Amino acid sequence: MSTPPTIRIRGLSKSFGDKLVLDGIDLDVMPGTSMVVIGGSGSGKSVLLKCVLGLIEPDAGTIEVGGQDVLRLGEGGLDAVRSTIGMLFQNGALFDSLTVWENVAFGLLATRAVRRRDARARAAEVLAQVGLDASVGDLSPAELSGGMQKRVGLARAIAGGAKILFFDEPTTGLDPIMGAVIDGLIVDCVKRLGSTAVAITHDMASARRIGDQAAMLYKGRIVWQGAAAGLMDSGNPMVDQFTHGRRDGPIQMELRK
Amino acid sequence: MNFLLIPVAAVGRGVLLALSTAGSITLFGLTALLNMVRPPFYGRLFVRAFVEFSYFSLPVVSLTAVFSGMVIALQSYAGFSRYGAATAIPNIVLISVVRELAPVLAGLMVAGRVGAAMAAELGTMRVTDQIDALTTLSTNPVKYLVVPRLLAGVLALPLLVLVADVLGVMGGWLVGTAKLGFNSHTYLSNTMSFLQTMDVVVSLAKAAVFGFLVALMGCYHGYNSRGGAVGVGTATTNAVVSASILILAFDYVLTELFFAQ
Repeated sequence: MSTPPTIRIRGLSKSFGDKLVLDGIDLDVMPGTSMVVIGGSGSGKSVLLKCVLGLIEPDAGTIEVGGQDVLRLGEGGLDAVRSTIGMLFQNGALFDSLTVWENVAFGLLATRAVRRRDARARAAEVLAQVGLDASVGDLSPAELSGGMQKRVGLARAIAGGAKILFFDEPTTGLDPIMGAVIDGLIVDCVKRLGSTAVAITHDMASARRIGDQAAMLYKGRIVWQGAAAGLMDSGNPMVDQFTHGRRDGPIQMELRK
Repeated sequence: MNFLLIPVAAVGRGVLLALSTAGSITLFGLTALLNMVRPPFYGRLFVRAFVEFSYFSLPVVSLTAVFSGMVIALQSYAGFSRYGAATAIPNIVLISVVRELAPVLAGLMVAGRVGAAMAAELGTMRVTDQIDALTTLSTNPVKYLVVPRLLAGVLALPLLVLVADVLGVMGGWLVGTAKLGFNSHTYLSNTMSFLQTMDVVVSLAKAAVFGFLVALMGCYHGYNSRGGAVGVGTATTNAVVSASILILAFDYVLTELFFAQ
């Protein structure tokens, strides 16, 4: 009997007004694997993640996380599923009004996983795991560089020992060296926690570093799926054009129509 | 024919949009009210919002009240002295300030100061995914962001209006005694003898309603803002404008309810 996928998506569709953003997505993410979803801007990658998290309600389809249909769960059940998921947002999405350590410990305090008096020490431990000194904990997010904000966002995502990790454009806005550092931290964290990960990106170097499996989203559909190692020579004209950044190809031709 | 229908269609769209927005605001407010009675409660956030609403709004509300009381004394003197009714000035100032000017002007000032700040803060949180981040961290954003602000609005504005009532009357007293030749003791004793508990109670009740409206509009427009910096700017403008209009409309309704003969 085969292992059931940690995330199972079937026939997922979502429109905003007249614009069809997701058009019947089918996707499985197996336990312990890192799935990278690539695609151009506006291809529906972020909407896909937000549907899985229950932040956006899809028009049709099913989403199972850990065997539970998240679209049929009540608020309590959805919160229980969300407590198993850690999310690194594209811009970090750190809370401006809180210090760094309060950001990192936020989920732990919300779920009462730690007492407030222990939260600071726990936050310092998690900050150390992403290569940040405990002294950073007293700063506000606005005082951090982009790379440090991503690290703090990563620390917040892994603080609760999430079994599933989502990364939304983890290297966007970072220089190549800092991008590689963040990718390395992501790979380490996923391995250490034994988590299942889904990352969305259009940074090919990042996709190959993070992913075991990859899928390409184009016009709301999965047009290719396979091993992340095969991204650069997939044989699929759309994927080849996208991964090699060529001007000419099926995607460009459709843009000209 | 189609050309003639364009203005009609535009009016229809506007009416539908207004009704849809009114429905959304009502649902948003009811959701927030339901969340007020369910734990967890965020005491620290309430205190922060309360201090922002009350303490930091005190200077602007105080100045507004003092100058309003002064102007009412001057204007009413200019009118009433023609009919030999200048002795009614303390009573006119008292009624104008306590029944109308203090709650309405305090509400409008707080809408411009706190309502705008709420819309900008929540709007920025929305467009930078901080509100989504709250949800992913098992925290209900309405309970965490909206409920403390609504409670702070309902409780803080009556306190501000109480201060504004006193300062507005004192503004009238200042002009009355320094410029219009009133005896200080006579002015104050006239004021105190004319003061009715009902006037103060209604003034505070109006303030509580206006505080709720300011917080509701600030939170609603900020929470639902879209489209980056422009969206946050639009949300801020809408929060102030809608709160101001609602304050004036509800002022009429409450006055009709309490004082209509």
